[in-house]
Amino acid sequence: MSAASPVEVEPTTTPDEVTFLAKPWVTIVWNDPVNLMSYVTYVFQKYFGYDKRKAEKLMMEVHEDGKSVVSSGTREEMERDVQAMHEYGLWATMDRSE
Amino acid sequence: MSGFARHRRSGRVIANFTGFEADLLRSLASQLVELLRNEAAAPTDGADPFEAMMDFSGPTTEPEDPVLARLFPTAYRDDAEAASEFRRYTEGALRDGKARAAATIIDGLEEAGLPAELTEDGLMIDVELDEPTAETWMRSFTDVRLALATRLGVEDGDEDYWHGLPDDDPRAQAHDIYEWVGYLQETLVEALSARR
Repeated sequence: MSAASPVEVEPTTTPDEVTFLAKPWVTIVWNDPVNLMSYVTYVFQKYFGYDKRKAEKLMMEVHEDGKSVVSSGTREEMERDVQAMHEYGLWATMDRSE
Repeated sequence: MSGFARHRRSGRVIANFTGFEADLLRSLASQLVELLRNEAAAPTDGADPFEAMMDFSGPTTEPEDPVLARLFPTAYRDDAEAASEFRRYTEGALRDGKARAAATIIDGLEEAGLPAELTEDGLMIDVELDEPTAETWMRSFTDVRLALATRLGVEDGDEDYWHGLPDDDPRAQAHDIYEWVGYLQETLVEALSARR
């Protein structure tokens, strides 16, 4: 149900710029029956620096849709994010951006 | 029992536990430390001691214990090779971090006056944590809850099932403890989110 924010590509953008702008990897957090909604929101705010509104929106996606794309970036960046989510006990995986 | 709160003047995160509660919390944290340190991150059975010492690589396969498998999930769902590599580079550090976090709870409780063996009745343990330490406790409560929930087989929306079990059912008692740690964590998140 959730999806990475689509990258808006200007018609004039050259292929090189597309590659640069596109964020090829995403971190996905999956729903689990254990983690508290308040805790998940707290982690999204604390680790990603998201404001409360965005953190709550992502948390609700995890809760209601079963998963949410919480960040995007290079493969190395996403490996860092996934590892951090595992530190916090969230069930996170990474994948190529669709 | 009132959980955690933010002390208005000092900004520290405070809680008071009965001796029984503090002892229970220490026992849960100790079990977590034991689990994290016992099943070796990399199999070393029969390995040459020198080789084992020189082997800095981490595990590449998912842990057999379901609790450990939940604590260290597979990062790539459709790429076994990448998942192994990720595990090799991260699981050791994650294990150490989680074991250290659980040890922080044990140390905190003992520094607050919890004796090695609880014998005294009516003992109260007042803990007072600075923010980073409170965050560490909060993170470790997650690991404790994940461990208990995995052992119990907790699922979404199964509260009625647990509450319907007879009081003397050991699973009902374990589930009560799971809910209690959840309550503690909820109050800790609130205390940490409260603006000073």
